[in-house]
Amino acid sequence: MQDTPAAIDVLDTVIGHLRNRLLPTLEGRAVFEMRVTLSALELVRREFTLKPASDAAELGRLGALLGSSGDLESLNSALCLGITSGEMDVSTPGLLDHLYRTALEKLAVDQPNYGAYKLATGNPAIHNKD
Amino acid sequence: MTAASTATGTETEFAAALSALTVRLGFGEVRNLRHLSGGASKQTWAFDAGTASLVLRRDSGTAIIVPELAEISTSIPLETEARLMILAGRADVPSPEVIRVLEPQDGLGVGFVMRHVGGEALGGRIVRNSAFASAREQLAFQCGEILARIHAISLPDTAMLTLRSPKEIIDTWRAVHEVEHWPRPVFDLAFQWLGERTPDVGVPMLVHGDFRNGNLLVGPDGVTAVLDWELAYIGDPMQDLGWLCTNSWRFGAVDKPVGGFGTREQLFAGYESGGGAPVDPERVRFWEIFGSLRWGVMCTMSTVKFRELRADGNVEINVDLPMIARRASETELDLVNLLRETV
Repeated sequence: MQDTPAAIDVLDTVIGHLRNRLLPTLEGRAVFEMRVTLSALELVRREFTLKPASDAAELGRLGALLGSSGDLESLNSALCLGITSGEMDVSTPGLLDHLYRTALEKLAVDQPNYGAYKLATGNPAIHNKD
Repeated sequence: MTAASTATGTETEFAAALSALTVRLGFGEVRNLRHLSGGASKQTWAFDAGTASLVLRRDSGTAIIVPELAEISTSIPLETEARLMILAGRADVPSPEVIRVLEPQDGLGVGFVMRHVGGEALGGRIVRNSAFASAREQLAFQCGEILARIHAISLPDTAMLTLRSPKEIIDTWRAVHEVEHWPRPVFDLAFQWLGERTPDVGVPMLVHGDFRNGNLLVGPDGVTAVLDWELAYIGDPMQDLGWLCTNSWRFGAVDKPVGGFGTREQLFAGYESGGGAPVDPERVRFWEIFGSLRWGVMCTMSTVKFRELRADGNVEINVDLPMIARRASETELDLVNLLRETV
């Protein structure tokens, strides 16, 4: 068992430190680089917290759609094979719905500020930075 | 994210060769040399010479790190880009004046020098800043007119560019997608859908290939220059219209389908007013779906590059590389939305 503070709490502290203490002291190109760095750390944070539940949900949907079991990578590969072989297409019941949910689960981690994600989840549109 | 350049020996030689060139061309010595951007394969430098503001675009000579991607590269040489910009300028397309296509004796490698043009290139600012409010009113119509003029350009030498059918384009990008070796059912479904619906092109025309918000310079009155011709080819002109509508280039203004600044109706009206054939919205939609897929696959190319650099071990990796890689999912949501509308 690893000790506390937990990794996620350490990460939060680091993000807060970089944003509140270091970022205001930077100028020029370094400001941009620090913003990208902060975005990357926040992505890591979201993956830590959201991945277990979204992986489980995706696995459940894939199992139902394909009628088989396995890990995420093998089931996703089987789904790809179903599509590239022509067995499945946009009219396959449940396929687009599954892909829609999966895309939302990915974006919740990757880029929750993306316009189409905000529209889909009903969050008010907050525009991205340049 | 390219680190600020330092004055290395080669860079001093570079500055001296550039200065020698501008003196020979009658502008005077180079001052205020700035490295604007450095992609993996191209560099852009801005500088003053005499009273002129100039820009140099040249090959950086960097080796391509993923050999599988090099084989399917679709970029044209910089000399061809320069020739296209000259032709575009003559056809009333806002274009920077090309001053010099580099010759071997210039000692600057492959590239060209053009006159600097004022205007904003950052898509997010064009979409949101109040300085561009009146430009936004007319931008989509203007883009339509400009595209019609581009498509009407007849090339003096057809061997300048490659003729590509929609099917060849789809097959090329499918091959790039496969390089990632990662299951992406959304991309496979989009490739399937597009592959079954490739349009009949009719007369193939000059296609800019990367005409989008972010590759245009925009001032208070609209477009001041069309840039980045490196993906030009001969094929279906409707690809340019579809790419301009692709959600990835709306910079968050998702309710303005044309570049985040206008409507399809404005774009199509401008295209027809500029002399273009009547627009088939379905064909534009085909290329819009392809546009999301193409940008998605481009993001996966960053994943592949990232993996190669990690495998190398000792290379410093810019933090924006994995962040661009992680943007592929944006296009997956866009693609699912677009495919749902077709069912």
